[in-house]
Amino acid sequence: MKKRLNITIAALLFITASAAYALEAPALKGRLNDYGDMISPAAESSIEQKLASFEASDSTQVVILTINSLDGDAMEDFTIRVAEKWKIGQAKKDNGVILFASKNDRRLRIEVGRGLEGVLTDLLAGRILDTVIRPKFQAGDFDGGFTDGIDAIINACRGEFTSDGFASSARNDGNYSDFIIILFFGFLYFVRMVTKKSKILSGLGGAVAIPIWVHNAFMPLGLTGIIIAAVSGFIFGLVNSYILLIGGNTGRGSGGGSSFGGFSGGGSSFGGFSGGGGSFGGGGSSGGW
Amino acid sequence: MKKIITLIAAVAAVFSLTSCGYNTMQANEEEVLAKWGDVEAAYQRRMDLIPNLVEVVKGYAAHEKDTLTAVTDARSKAGSFQVSKDVMDNPAALQKFQSIQGELSSALSKLMVLVEKYPDLKANQNFMDLQHQLEGTENRINVARVRYNEAVQKFNTSIRTFPNSITNSMLLHLKLKEPFKAQEGAATAPKVNIR
Repeated sequence: MKKRLNITIAALLFITASAAYALEAPALKGRLNDYGDMISPAAESSIEQKLASFEASDSTQVVILTINSLDGDAMEDFTIRVAEKWKIGQAKKDNGVILFASKNDRRLRIEVGRGLEGVLTDLLAGRILDTVIRPKFQAGDFDGGFTDGIDAIINACRGEFTSDGFASSARNDGNYSDFIIILFFGFLYFVRMVTKKSKILSGLGGAVAIPIWVHNAFMPLGLTGIIIAAVSGFIFGLVNSYILLIGGNTGRGSGGGSSFGGFSGGGSSFGGFSGGGGSFGGGGSSGGW
Repeated sequence: MKKIITLIAAVAAVFSLTSCGYNTMQANEEEVLAKWGDVEAAYQRRMDLIPNLVEVVKGYAAHEKDTLTAVTDARSKAGSFQVSKDVMDNPAALQKFQSIQGELSSALSKLMVLVEKYPDLKANQNFMDLQHQLEGTENRINVARVRYNEAVQKFNTSIRTFPNSITNSMLLHLKLKEPFKAQEGAATAPKVNIR
């Protein structure tokens, strides 16, 4: 009995001790979480854009986290806690990646979501760290390391990264998100053409185009979804025709698009960035510089 | 009339079962089983890597027979160990599983220390690849074990608390599941952070 009590006390002490040492996972600010202040603003915006368009085309979420120091915590324990908290990647696909760097510890890790373990294997993640990121970091070029590292990760997720460098195959330009944007602007153009003739026709155009657009761009709609989208499309078509009338008929149609600026970034950039519910199983690779 | 009463009783029974944790406990047990599956898969993955690793090391350090055979022996021991179905609710069985895998871990870490003496081997592309895979696998094992323990804790709590405990003792008879213990030495040797 006494022995048992001792064990309990020891266990409690151990738990409280480990809880006190565990470094808290920071809040998810966006795709770039530069708590360690390692990336310059210029590189930041270009990386951010790259990651956003990658998510728009492939739905894979890639984020960067930098911190100043791990405070003695084990890196892998910390990054898996971050992964569990942030839930990067889409819920069923588990296609998230976290590129992590701790500045003072000079430690690096690529944490790979379960759904990507087949393409971005531990081996490939390790090679990206060794051959792409580490040389740049050793030369003090953090911006270059992150930029090239992100390129390599994206290529790996598409199955195009090889250890010898980047695959030469051309990027797929006619991708799906372009089609969606074309459809949207096509709709605006259509509205502009018919506005002169009839507001009702413009509304009808909206009622047809918006459900198609939403269905293809965001989610498959059920019957109720189609009705709701059609009604809002009708209203949008009507309102849009008024806006265009007020704005004048002199070729300012594309102005209508800019009020929907968020859309051009791709499907999922409504409001702030957040993890889609992806899960991680400890895949990926660790390294340093 | 009698039929209606039976029906009402059946419906009432179904509803009362949902509030007494009957389903929750089973769901929690399923989760433990699933997490155990991940643990086994991660260990299996490690075993699959070892023959290649040994081959590569042999190419550069064939005369380090002791360390190499220790790894091979520990692997074949782990491979021949039959994980019984009740390993999760049998402390002795889990203990055995853990010690066999622990032996393999220590044999492997000795091998990795030995590698430090052979710069050519360390620079070998095959070896570096295997090292990445091995590190990744060790990390997966770690994650899978932590998650298994969490699931066990959740399950054990759910079958021991009222009113689930009554349901369990009357209907389900589920046994407490066994968590992984911290590795010997892990608790006594705290990580020291040297700056």
